[in-house]
Amino acid sequence: MSLVDIRGLSACYGDFQALFDMTCEVGEGETIAIIGANGAGKSTFLKAIAGVVPAPSEAILFDGKPIGGLRSMELVARGIALVPEGRCLFASLSVEENLLMGAYAKRPGEWSLAKVYGVFPRLRERRHQSATTLSGGEQQMVAIGRALMSNPRLLMCDEISLGLAPSVIANIYQALGPLKGRHMAMLIVEQDIHQAVSFSDRLYCFQEGRVSLTGQSTAVTHAQISSAYFGA
Amino acid sequence: MGNWGDIIIQGILLGGLYGLSAAGLSLMFGVMRLVNVAHGDMIIASAFLSLVIQRLTGVDSPFLCLPLVCVLMFACGFGLQRLVLNRALNADMLRPVLVTFGLSVVIQNGMLEAFSADSQRLQANGLEVASVSLGGGLVVGVVPLLIFASCVAVTGVLQWILYRTELGRAFRATSDDPVTAGLMGVNDRNLFAIATGIALAVAGIAGTFTGIRSSFYPTSGPESLLFAFEAVIIGGLGSLWGTLAGGIVLGVAQGLGAGFSSAWQMLAGHIAFLVVLMVRPTGLFPKRGN
Repeated sequence: MSLVDIRGLSACYGDFQALFDMTCEVGEGETIAIIGANGAGKSTFLKAIAGVVPAPSEAILFDGKPIGGLRSMELVARGIALVPEGRCLFASLSVEENLLMGAYAKRPGEWSLAKVYGVFPRLRERRHQSATTLSGGEQQMVAIGRALMSNPRLLMCDEISLGLAPSVIANIYQALGPLKGRHMAMLIVEQDIHQAVSFSDRLYCFQEGRVSLTGQSTAVTHAQISSAYFGA
Repeated sequence: MGNWGDIIIQGILLGGLYGLSAAGLSLMFGVMRLVNVAHGDMIIASAFLSLVIQRLTGVDSPFLCLPLVCVLMFACGFGLQRLVLNRALNADMLRPVLVTFGLSVVIQNGMLEAFSADSQRLQANGLEVASVSLGGGLVVGVVPLLIFASCVAVTGVLQWILYRTELGRAFRATSDDPVTAGLMGVNDRNLFAIATGIALAVAGIAGTFTGIRSSFYPTSGPESLLFAFEAVIIGGLGSLWGTLAGGIVLGVAQGLGAGFSSAWQMLAGHIAFLVVLMVRPTGLFPKRGN
């Protein structure tokens, strides 16, 4: 049985319908990339799973149970964590306090401050600084570390490379690599197609709120992606 | 010509009462950007609550009733936030202002109905007239000293909660970004209810002290609210120690004004408020990052 099973999901972003009858599956421990142009519905898709955007109950099954429309605070307790687009760090909290907020739901698991600092050593040096004084890459590390602190079974990352230098992006994906598989599935929204293909097991391409392509990341060709991306 | 040292000390101690009245207001604004226009009436309501409890139980000191008053006020605040104020919260700050304004009218008229317009006072077994000498000819009342000490203690405890506990961390995170705090598992409705509960428990302390220190009427709330507001603004929004400092500035200004002429007491406080607004519009100790 897959960890996330999405059948016929339609969802709105404000008054605008962003997703139409979507179908998607994420296996236990699988890493999935979602690509697509701006406005294809990628962020809304993650937000619907995380409970930020309303969704019909039966449209999203997590671990076999319907979770569509539950509030995000209930979903994090079940093991769904979102690294939101633009990081959304708590500005008046220090780096360490931001990370500790990630553990607010008290979900048992392997993650601790020490382990997050092990993955992102730079954060240890900066742990007492205000989160907003950090560089963009470091802020992204805090946002990822904060999500990991909730011991997720599904980690969703929304455009973590947005606005970051290529070397910084490479660093972050390098740190995420060893976390793939095992007990945690990942759902990554990524603009950089090369990065998305090389990091994931499978990928989905969204176009105007519908899945336009899906397959093993190693099997899809550039021609397929470009036609799925821009429409035939 | 009065004794200026005496006037300033009395002003500082009076500032303790203003600081105490303002602490809950400051907390509610800081956590959920909610301006509670009924805060003064809630303070006066808790003075009446102390009065009722004292009469029913027959204890001779309102200090003994204080824990019960705080618990009851916490429960009122929790329920009020869950059942009423949470529904009024949205991006627009006007809605909660209107709702709490309505609450203010309801509370005032409810108290008038129940207790008549007569002035009341809490009897503290002679403590209200007791005084101690500080040396150098300075004599201060025991009650104002107690009020000031409680204000410092309450501010210290609130500060500790906000900056040293998990609850406080959640308060600050939710204040920064409620949607992302939800992603962390924070139930903001519940958290806001706890914040209002704490704010009203502190209002319970302020109300009981107000009732011991001076006589009060069902319609005393708006005055209490006005001074509390001024203390919060002078101190800087979102800063609890700033609120205490704002209360002291206000108290000292009123004392100095009264030193010239009793007609100047209130006016001097409001002038000090306006001067601070003109010179430092963000208050004396604005929250970092604002």
